Amino acid sequence: MGADSSVAIQVGAPRVEFAVDVTLTINGKVAHLNIDPRVTLLDALREHMHLTGSKKGCDHGQCGACTVHVDGRRVLSCLTLAAAAKGKHVTTIEGLADGGELHPMQQAFVDHDAFQCGYCTPGQIMSAVALLGEDCAPEDDDVREGMSGNICRCGAYPAIVAAVQSVRGRR
Amino acid sequence: MKPFEFITAVDEHQALAAAARAKFLAGGTTLVDLMKLHVEQPAALVDINALPLDEVEELPDGGVRVGGMVRNSDMAKHPLIRGRYPLLAEAIVSGASPQLRNMATTGGNLLQRTRCYYFRDTALPCNKREPGSGCGAFHGYNRIHAVLGGSEHCIATHPSDMCVALAALDAVVRVRGRGRERSIRFADFHVLPGDRPEREHALEPDELIVAVDIPSTPFAVRSAYVKIRDRASYAFALASAAVALDVRDGAIHQARIALGGIATKPWRAHEAEAMLIGKRVDPGVYRAAADAALRGAVPRRHNAFKIELAKRTLVRALTRVGAMA
Repeated sequence: MGADSSVAIQVGAPRVEFAVDVTLTINGKVAHLNIDPRVTLLDALREHMHLTGSKKGCDHGQCGACTVHVDGRRVLSCLTLAAAAKGKHVTTIEGLADGGELHPMQQAFVDHDAFQCGYCTPGQIMSAVALLGEDCAPEDDDVREGMSGNICRCGAYPAIVAAVQSVRGRR
Repeated sequence: MKPFEFITAVDEHQALAAAARAKFLAGGTTLVDLMKLHVEQPAALVDINALPLDEVEELPDGGVRVGGMVRNSDMAKHPLIRGRYPLLAEAIVSGASPQLRNMATTGGNLLQRTRCYYFRDTALPCNKREPGSGCGAFHGYNRIHAVLGGSEHCIATHPSDMCVALAALDAVVRVRGRGRERSIRFADFHVLPGDRPEREHALEPDELIVAVDIPSTPFAVRSAYVKIRDRASYAFALASAAVALDVRDGAIHQARIALGGIATKPWRAHEAEAMLIGKRVDPGVYRAAADAALRGAVPRRHNAFKIELAKRTLVRALTRVGAMA
């Protein structure tokens, strides 16, 4: 019986081949992970950190649902290996609000009803917040181009453009 | 993904030392995607993101050097690129999405793999992915495939926009291996598929792209990149054209033309350029040049439309650049 229980403990803690230690800062908090290098930043956030706001849509860099900020720039967490984000500062949708106060872009999405099912919304908002700091020309078409990496299957695009433009002071 | 060892290189020496058994990981936008599909199965990755190859700098002769690790978005917005090579800045921002351009690097873009469906699906035959297995596209669905530069073994299209502009600009790729450094002319960097489509470029396995040099080309301030695709943004080219014209007193003194979306490598159109030299800027001349650029094009079952589309794309680009003050 004693021998059997030690086997059970090993099954519960399998050895991960090529595991790497990764320290990164997520929404201002330092996180230490020991992970398989195959773990993407998206899976590290969702499955290891239990931050499920960032969404897995296509998992191939074609939909933008997984958009987060790494060192202040919007990137796709599904094509970023967590091990390659070592030492970086990551901001997710969970890190946008200031306590109970929504980020102006979050509030604008609510005010403009800029979603239907909501699945793409965290990625849309992370992209839109980054766009505010980028070199984006003023017109609606410029916002459409700047937001082209975020697909919305419900087709909420007109309201998304309106929300982004309202925060930019263009509506 | 298949299991792999992850190595972090703190300097170029470490990166090159690991190169014999590892693939370089830069932005990861192509490599990680293809690893998920099992198209790429490296035993190890060496992360080169810490290497100091992220500068854009002016060369003494007036050219510009772009580091191998400069992100596409940073290259496109750099004053030296925007100001001197508009066709290059336009080509870069026409590709992918802002998020992907924030990740993708100069070196990685040069090594971007094709979007051919047969290449990306391990259940299907592909001579590029699995030499000798056959070409699924040749007799299959080939709407997005090449009409120039193909062979019976492969008609996969080169997907990069940036590379089309670099081809027009006669860029030079600077690479370093262990104990050696060399320069590769852009025209020689990508190779035609021929009977070895698995070989896509002139790099040795342990060589690292450290920079791309763009020669001084004063007339390139008069240039443009025109890209036609299935939707208005965030799609690969069906046809594209990078054009720069040296126009003096209404006559064309020099011309640079490269085409994308229709060929197995970034396609320089020397014959079309030659036809324009000494001519007035005039739409009739543009059409003749476009015909010359596509001479020798081979249509497949679903992509014959690309020949006319590419001609019109080039005429549009020439018209736009010809009309610039």
